[in-house]
Amino acid sequence: MARSGNQVATGYCTRSADADIIGTLMQVSFRVNGRKVEVEAPPMKRMLDVLREDLGLTGSKEGCGEGECGACSILLNGEVVDSCLIPACQCDGVDVITVEGLAQDGQLSLIQQTFWEEGAAQCGICTPGMLIAARSLLDLNPQPSREEIRTAIAGNLCRCTGYTKIIKAVELAAAMAKPHRAGS
Amino acid sequence: MISQIRVHSPRTLPNALEVLQERSGRARILAGGTDLMVYLNTRVYVPTEVINIWGLDELRHVRDEDDVLILGALVTYSQIIRSPVVARFCPILAEASKTIGAVQVQNRGTLGGNVANGSPAGDALPVLSAFDAEVELASTRGTRRVAFNQFYTGYRQSVMEADELLTAIRVPKQRPDERAAFYKVGTRRAQAISKVVMGVKVSLVEPATIETIQISLGSVAPTVIRASETEALLQGKALSPEVVDMARSRIMDEIQPISDIRSTEHYRRVVSGNLLERFLSSL
Repeated sequence: MARSGNQVATGYCTRSADADIIGTLMQVSFRVNGRKVEVEAPPMKRMLDVLREDLGLTGSKEGCGEGECGACSILLNGEVVDSCLIPACQCDGVDVITVEGLAQDGQLSLIQQTFWEEGAAQCGICTPGMLIAARSLLDLNPQPSREEIRTAIAGNLCRCTGYTKIIKAVELAAAMAKPHRAGS
Repeated sequence: MISQIRVHSPRTLPNALEVLQERSGRARILAGGTDLMVYLNTRVYVPTEVINIWGLDELRHVRDEDDVLILGALVTYSQIIRSPVVARFCPILAEASKTIGAVQVQNRGTLGGNVANGSPAGDALPVLSAFDAEVELASTRGTRRVAFNQFYTGYRQSVMEADELLTAIRVPKQRPDERAAFYKVGTRRAQAISKVVMGVKVSLVEPATIETIQISLGSVAPTVIRASETEALLQGKALSPEVVDMARSRIMDEIQPISDIRSTEHYRRVVSGNLLERFLSSL
């Protein structure tokens, strides 16, 4: 999602297009969705841009760029974070899961499946972040209450305001995980 | 305009202090990034040099020492929320942490960052103020402690020198005879910047008499403040509807809030009075 300030913004070295910072490029090695990667990036380049521009993983979206909307949510060492607030210089050796890493061998993960079944995606912009936030919740708390679900996605804004179905999808995933997929 | 940012990523605290001393006044500290990255992304502020202290694991401790809790500057809000010693000895710090941003920010934002950033709306700050916390500052010259209530000198200004790094916060433990509460009023429960935020702690003697009280407020002045006139009024008083009323009017007069994008002066006065009334009525 392009912001109006982007042309000017390239000068501020959060983007790879910034020629002025070539001298300060650093090597960053980390894991993304189980795969080892190594990128050369300016130290303050946002993880969101590293994922989208350097690694072609465009599932994570930019909404606000201020840590308000959660569209860029990823799991970093198992914790949900806003990737627009994470600079590359803090990412050496980390383990990242993005929305692209949820499906395994072409099979949707349980939470993706229940989002689909419940119609929890409308325009889809918030969906990658919602899925990641939901996955993070279910990893830590496999049987959350409705209140806990609401708290867990409080940092993810849905501009279509389709929260009811999103919450239902998380509840369904928790219910389906209960009998035969505990711990997944 | 093209800006080049030079980033130092020291691996140990002594190393960080050397870099800080050498780059004194020129470099900005980067911890969890929940403030600095926003400034950068929105171009509000673009530093030319950054000292990335995220790798300093020696600043991630939560220690229980005699009558004090010691929290390393890089302790995150999530760590505070999960900490059994915080739950036991300063539960309102965990409550305040739950109201900061949402889980994404809580996983990254640090207590040291909340203090060093010095926003008057910093939600953990009234808790630290009401608990008479201390701030530990380190430099190559040594380490010193400053009373949290003397730390700020003005809007986002503090006594911290350019070569100093905030390394820990020391919070005196809540005693069994003390009661404390945290209140935040914002537009919604998550992600909101406070209109008014209050931390309050009281010790009571029988029968329902206030021995001492500490009342701290955020978002009503250029820095977090103590309502010392209201505290003095309540000290030694037996709780009664009249006393609660007097305290309510006093705090509304005592504070000098402003109207801004989030709220109005009048609203902030009324809410501050209401929150204090709610606390006193709960005792």
